[in-house]
Amino acid sequence: MIRLSPGPFDPAEIERQLRSSHSAIGAVVSFVGQMRDFNDDRPVTSMYLEHYPGMTEKALAAIVAEAEARWPLLGVEVVHRVGDIALGDTIVLVAVASRHRREAFQACELIIDYLKTQAPFWKREQTPEGARWVESRSQDEQAAASWHEGCRTLDPTCSDHG
Amino acid sequence: MRLKVLYFASVRERLGCGEEPLELASNLPLRVADVQALLVQRGGAWADIFGGTRLMAAVNEVLVKPDHHLMDGDVLAFFPPVTGG
Repeated sequence: MIRLSPGPFDPAEIERQLRSSHSAIGAVVSFVGQMRDFNDDRPVTSMYLEHYPGMTEKALAAIVAEAEARWPLLGVEVVHRVGDIALGDTIVLVAVASRHRREAFQACELIIDYLKTQAPFWKREQTPEGARWVESRSQDEQAAASWHEGCRTLDPTCSDHG
Repeated sequence: MRLKVLYFASVRERLGCGEEPLELASNLPLRVADVQALLVQRGGAWADIFGGTRLMAAVNEVLVKPDHHLMDGDVLAFFPPVTGG
């Protein structure tokens, strides 16, 4: 399930539901991103998350479909906040269920790497000096690009893991 | 060719514009990069933003590259590199 949440949500509750959704599930891997009180060495007091209604949901669905095409998954939950966000709030949950741990770990990592570079969200931070738009990071782009190279898969014959 | 053009986040703020219809006289096939070049000609912040390289584009809600060909009625969106997650 993919959901954009205008208010706080409980990642533990969503993970609990995912775990009990299928009796064949043997592994659940979750990534939880939350709002911290600094960025680039400056204090941050709150945040606003802009998105592109319609496209954001489509982009997330395409990313989940990519993970489901690569690995045999038993369930995927992606929840992302939009709008005003307070310190300590959960911004994003990616939870992946599968029979065995490896595909859950890898699918979870691919989904968050792609989400950070392809899903239209923009963070605007409030700092003591005023508001500023967060800049994208080149290491996020590199992480996402490493999945295109096709070697970060379960294929044991691939020697070019990075 | 008629397009709807959308701007998001810092691009929208700097331009003071979130959405506009764009009527293009050309009957030739147009690419996203051609629209970008037209917007540069407006000068000021438009030239700064659309003349730069750190810009993403989507057509009908799907990410595209600058050489993507546009069709009449397309919704073209320009925005800065995304920062979700």
